[in-house]
Amino acid sequence: MRLALGVSRRALCATLLALIAASLAPPSLQAKEWTTIRIGTEGAYPPFNFVDSNQQLQGFDIDIAKAICDEEKVTCEFVAQDWDGLIPALLAGKYDAIFASMSITEERKNAIAFSNKYYQSPALFVADKKNAALVPTPQAMAGKTIGAQSATVSAKYLDGVFAPAGAEIKLYATQDEANLDLASGRVDAVLADKVVMLPWLEKSPDGRCCQMIGADVNDPKYFGEGIGAGLRKDDPDLKALIDKGIADIRANGAYAKINAKYFPFSLY
Amino acid sequence: MTAADFLGSAGFDPVLLDQYGPSLLRGLRTTLALVAISVPLGFALALPLAFVRVEGGPLLRAAATGFTGFFRGTPLLAQLFLLYYGAAQFHGALQAAGVWWMFRDAFWCAILTFTLNTASYQAEILRGAAQAIPAGQIEAGRALGFGQFGIYRAIVGPQALILALRPLGNELILMIKASSLASVVTVVDLMGASKRAFSGSLDFEVYLWAALIYLALVEIVRRIWNALERRMTRHLRTA
Repeated sequence: MRLALGVSRRALCATLLALIAASLAPPSLQAKEWTTIRIGTEGAYPPFNFVDSNQQLQGFDIDIAKAICDEEKVTCEFVAQDWDGLIPALLAGKYDAIFASMSITEERKNAIAFSNKYYQSPALFVADKKNAALVPTPQAMAGKTIGAQSATVSAKYLDGVFAPAGAEIKLYATQDEANLDLASGRVDAVLADKVVMLPWLEKSPDGRCCQMIGADVNDPKYFGEGIGAGLRKDDPDLKALIDKGIADIRANGAYAKINAKYFPFSLY
Repeated sequence: MTAADFLGSAGFDPVLLDQYGPSLLRGLRTTLALVAISVPLGFALALPLAFVRVEGGPLLRAAATGFTGFFRGTPLLAQLFLLYYGAAQFHGALQAAGVWWMFRDAFWCAILTFTLNTASYQAEILRGAAQAIPAGQIEAGRALGFGQFGIYRAIVGPQALILALRPLGNELILMIKASSLASVVTVVDLMGASKRAFSGSLDFEVYLWAALIYLALVEIVRRIWNALERRMTRHLRTA
């Protein structure tokens, strides 16, 4: 009886494990006809992706993804996912593509594939107006505290270049949290995407504390070759579809219209 | 053979260990500091709180009940956010009061939140333990001429501590794990260091290391608590 019970329990475990494995396994590797693309985004990175007052995802990334889907006659479904978990969830098959202002870097290319770039923007240091004289070089920032969003190219750059020179790096789950701590003086400066920081400086009440310091930061070793859609490496047909979509909306003016809706300058 | 070689031979990725092992150990130090400061401070705060809950007048008792009710009734994460980002809204006033240095630092914000939180749990544990001592013993103490302080020191205290020991050990274990929440307000504790290592490597193995280290910490506490209980109850055992 004990033995029989043991065996059946083991069989039950094996069945459960198999079920879990099946539900976690990425979609099959065969080429498939894409009719619906599930898109993961962060939803906390205005003006690129954010949740509006009606709980709808909005922003430049979202509009670009929708335009590509319209152009290529496929259905888009959007899923919001915390920034840290975007790549793991893509690999786990929770969605098929990331449109979340993700920089195309060598490090990320070890894990995932990228579409061609759909925009490019340098990073920028922002500091309190009291610290306007601060020069954002590794030497001058020794002993200062610099904030950034974790797992971003800005964070990697700070860890690689500014931390060894003696700056303290504080990393935040969202850009909003880093900006809050800049406004309250917990960090001396923040490094982030220029096109995200400029609207914050100009439009938000908190942003009045601060101003940009130094020049654009775009060290190619850290900042990569622009922003692309993150894809699984085993979906080359989806990459082809999205690359074609980017080229098509660039050619037919849809891209320019979206660009003008958000920014008075070209983002490509 | 270095520690990394040894762990490498146990099936862990030696390159990954070499790159991120030291930062995880630095994170572990911060985790230990968070727990080692906030739990004893919480205990020191819990003693008067529990006393007031049992012996205080209606006003004091209501205040203590409100305090423990708030901290036990809301998520620790919400308390941490409230204190960290809430304090930032008043940084002018806090600066004027000369305490902004503490609220500016994420580590001390976490210590303050954890201390208040664990104090309310520990106070409830101590209150329950004190109230479990039979009233007859206290009456007997009074009959023998003990004052209020003497009764707590000689009769209620020692027995209540034995009753409270296990739940307090539980609370310590819960705090070891809950301290990982500090990583969301930029404290680079064991969890924070693991998150950073993961975002650098995209290798889940670093979370496995973190889990094993937390597991080891909890196991150490469990053993210490077993020894403590054996020692504190040695007068209750027959030879």
